[in-house]
Amino acid sequence: MSSAVQTYSDTTSAVFGRLTWDSFPLHDPIILGTFVMVAVGGIALVVALTKYRVWGYLWKEWFTSIDHKRIGVMYMILGIIMLLRGFADAIMMRLHQAMAFGDATGYLPPHHYDQIFTAHGVIMIFFVAMPFVVGLMNYIVPLQIGARDVAFPFLNNFSFWMTASGAVLIMLSLFVGEFAKSGWLAYPPLTGILQSPGVGVDYYIWSLQIAGVGTLLSGVNFVVTIVKMRAPGMTLMKMPVFTWTALCTNILIVAAFPILTAVLALLSLDRYMDFNFFTNDLGGNAMMYVNLIWIWGHPEVYILILPIFGVFSEIVSTYSGKRLFGYSSMVYATVVITVLSYLVWLHHFFTMGSGATVNSFFGITTMIISIPTGAKIFNWLFTMYRGRIQFDVPMLWTIGFMVTFVIGGMTGVLLAVPPADFVLHNSLFLIAHFHNVIIGGVVFGVFAAITYWYPKVTGYKLDPFWGKCSFWFWLIGFYVAFMPLYALGLMGVTRRMSHFEDMSLQIWFQVAAFGAVLIGLGILSFLIQLYVSYKKRDSLRDETGDPWNGRTLEWSTSSPPPQYNFAFTPQVHENDAWWQMKQHGFKPPQEGFLPIHMPKNTAAGMVLAGLATVFGFAMIWYVWWLAAASFAGLILGAIIHTFNYKRDYYIPVEDVAAVENRRAEVLA
Amino acid sequence: MATPRTLCKTLLASVLALSLAGCNWVVMSPSGDVASQQADLILWSTYLMLIIIVPVIVLTLLLAWRYRSSNKDATYKPDWDHSTKLELVIWAAPLAIIIALGALTWVSTHKLDPYRPLDRIEKGVPVPEGTEPLVVEVVAMDWKWLFFYPEQGIATVNELAAPVDRPIKFKITATTMMNSFYVPALAGMIYAMGGMETQLHAVINEPGSYEGFSANYSGEGFNKMRFEFLGESESDFEQWVAQVKAQGNPLSRDAYKALEKPSIDDPVRYYSEVMPGLYDAILNRCVDPGQVCMKDLMKSHHGHHGEEHGE
Repeated sequence: MSSAVQTYSDTTSAVFGRLTWDSFPLHDPIILGTFVMVAVGGIALVVALTKYRVWGYLWKEWFTSIDHKRIGVMYMILGIIMLLRGFADAIMMRLHQAMAFGDATGYLPPHHYDQIFTAHGVIMIFFVAMPFVVGLMNYIVPLQIGARDVAFPFLNNFSFWMTASGAVLIMLSLFVGEFAKSGWLAYPPLTGILQSPGVGVDYYIWSLQIAGVGTLLSGVNFVVTIVKMRAPGMTLMKMPVFTWTALCTNILIVAAFPILTAVLALLSLDRYMDFNFFTNDLGGNAMMYVNLIWIWGHPEVYILILPIFGVFSEIVSTYSGKRLFGYSSMVYATVVITVLSYLVWLHHFFTMGSGATVNSFFGITTMIISIPTGAKIFNWLFTMYRGRIQFDVPMLWTIGFMVTFVIGGMTGVLLAVPPADFVLHNSLFLIAHFHNVIIGGVVFGVFAAITYWYPKVTGYKLDPFWGKCSFWFWLIGFYVAFMPLYALGLMGVTRRMSHFEDMSLQIWFQVAAFGAVLIGLGILSFLIQLYVSYKKRDSLRDETGDPWNGRTLEWSTSSPPPQYNFAFTPQVHENDAWWQMKQHGFKPPQEGFLPIHMPKNTAAGMVLAGLATVFGFAMIWYVWWLAAASFAGLILGAIIHTFNYKRDYYIPVEDVAAVENRRAEVLA
Repeated sequence: MATPRTLCKTLLASVLALSLAGCNWVVMSPSGDVASQQADLILWSTYLMLIIIVPVIVLTLLLAWRYRSSNKDATYKPDWDHSTKLELVIWAAPLAIIIALGALTWVSTHKLDPYRPLDRIEKGVPVPEGTEPLVVEVVAMDWKWLFFYPEQGIATVNELAAPVDRPIKFKITATTMMNSFYVPALAGMIYAMGGMETQLHAVINEPGSYEGFSANYSGEGFNKMRFEFLGESESDFEQWVAQVKAQGNPLSRDAYKALEKPSIDDPVRYYSEVMPGLYDAILNRCVDPGQVCMKDLMKSHHGHHGEEHGE
């Protein structure tokens, strides 16, 4: 690469930076094949959208929308698309590791394999799990607290597009240049400019930096929304548990993401301007990076799991037809986990040479987290106790979660014992552990949540047959794919290996690969479920807006809810507000409507995020003029947007009355 | 007498034995005393946690079945959502387990601190008085392992040997990438980092050949960054040293500079003698003549803070 750059004239490099024809992997059949597939698919999509004339609709109703519900759905779609990419990486790794034994080298060269495991981790955490969790909060939280939107609707749209921009950059790295070969947290000195001179680490840095801005702003948005915009009467201790967990998660986001931004900025200074924060020489120290990234990284896993705990709380109580057992202990458990999640980061590197007292401190704080988590599990158990449990698909996911998650929790606590960690650190046991909690927790929870709230979003339920297929494939697939990894970890097999000599290990990897195929069938069933349900939407339709006999305010609206969510702000008297309203025979008012003040759609978020994508790309490829221009554009665009005074409008009374009366007719 | 209790114990033991036998689960059946204690710790912690995990799993399935909506015999109390007694139990039960596990953690972390010199060779056998540990200085290079034996005056690449039942003191550093020094049969791992030294104390109890490798991904050649660890009787070890001295070349500065160049899947190399102070120079990043050593640099900056535990 560097020699190729040098052969180009100065003018060329002034215009294109280090971008040359060599940057396009035309010589790599796997990547080229992928590119052709993506290009053909992309063109087909564009043609279809043009043919059915939906561009205008997408632009007006979705891309520029500042409606939290639309943005929530866009986050979920981003999560699903990136799940397919992340899973493609996963299955490639599993197949490769199942093959690469002894004389067989597998089908991936090491430099490609190393990019794949890095991309898999980065994509699954930042562009699958995060969009899913943020998307759920976007859609549900304002509805649960009886609000008409989030506190800063434009910012919400901007946050989404910044996240999407990061995803675009990471996808670009597949076809233009390369991605990092560093592992998902990109430890220096490996990621220093001397050891990784290529564009891979820069793609990593800029896609995370840009997406990180989105996540941070959305965190601010939700903290303000939840603190300031709850319906009258909804005191903190009357908030639905999902909203509670969302509040804690967003506080974690606000407190943790700036650390990620800072540590990546320091790494950028090392790479771009010859600083020495994390180098071996001149006073740098890579241990600082490891500390800083995990001070973000550990809260991050709670950012993902806390809202999912909230999801399961809603589901257990709804399908058990019963109040959630131990609401206040649930809330305190959530808060305790929030605080403790900041006191455990060192357990990610017991092996870096801290003293025994430091290590045992962080080991014990880690174990303490299992106390509130255990309390939560018991609370769900006792919610089922003396309930009337309907085994709809969300409840299946919940049972699957409870059984699977406690196993992952147990192996996690085991890893928190420092001397045990010394033999298991970085092993496949660790890989099995965190997939156990992330798949068994976050992924199961997201699918449960999608099934649970889908009728709210679309007005029809998801087809249960394909939902059950998806559930069983995922559940069995998970155990088949990851139990062998626990065993391999106990055999001393370490992570990120692209080839093995010991033939006796191969069978375990083959079993794991089969498990990954089962998980693939689970994902496929989910996609089929979406399609089949759409086809059968008339028979799956829910007119009531409350298909599961729900308990919280989102079920009091129509499905899908009107743009303004609530014609009248609900009055809350206790938790499970909607349940209580139903008990008292609540009837929605039919008159006395007022015009509703709403924010107006704007293209600013998309334009600014587009400029951020260009800026990131220019920084990655050293196209300095373009970086300067797009950055200036970004700042200028943000300033110009502040002068846009036409940002709100009123929904006229007649329109509100029409919508509400139509709903009253349906319900009658 | 096959009381239910002993029956249960035998059953549990045989299940464990079955699952561990047949395959080489080196982490659970290692050959060094430190790793053995770590394996025991894994088992004990797991047993402790199973006390609560098993009932939770059983209860989940049981309650889910018992309170299924089609079972109209089951009590249904839709508004029952609080019980102080139960709340106490659900917080206290995990707390009790964690107190026990926390105590175990505190004690074992101190006892098995890799920086702590060994006080026993195996269970019931203390280190004989006057025994000096075998010192091995380990350098993780791109992408191979260099071992110095100051006592023997030799060095090797990608092969490590030690006499059985003699404590070993590893001093570990790296040239560039962050790696992790790990011989699962011997003891837990510890990171190898440039400009810094970590330590590991261990002992091998059974003669044999074991796998060692880097357990922290370090780039292109990481996969092949493996070495053989030989546990040998005292006399075999002496023979091995003699063999290294006979077959090897001296490790001069120039030879080291050549070795330092990144390479993948390096063969085993022997060095009959070593340039004095080479390990120290690598650690302090001053192998090239004229470079200021980090320890001197730090002394001139901070007075006496240069050499702290764990740094």
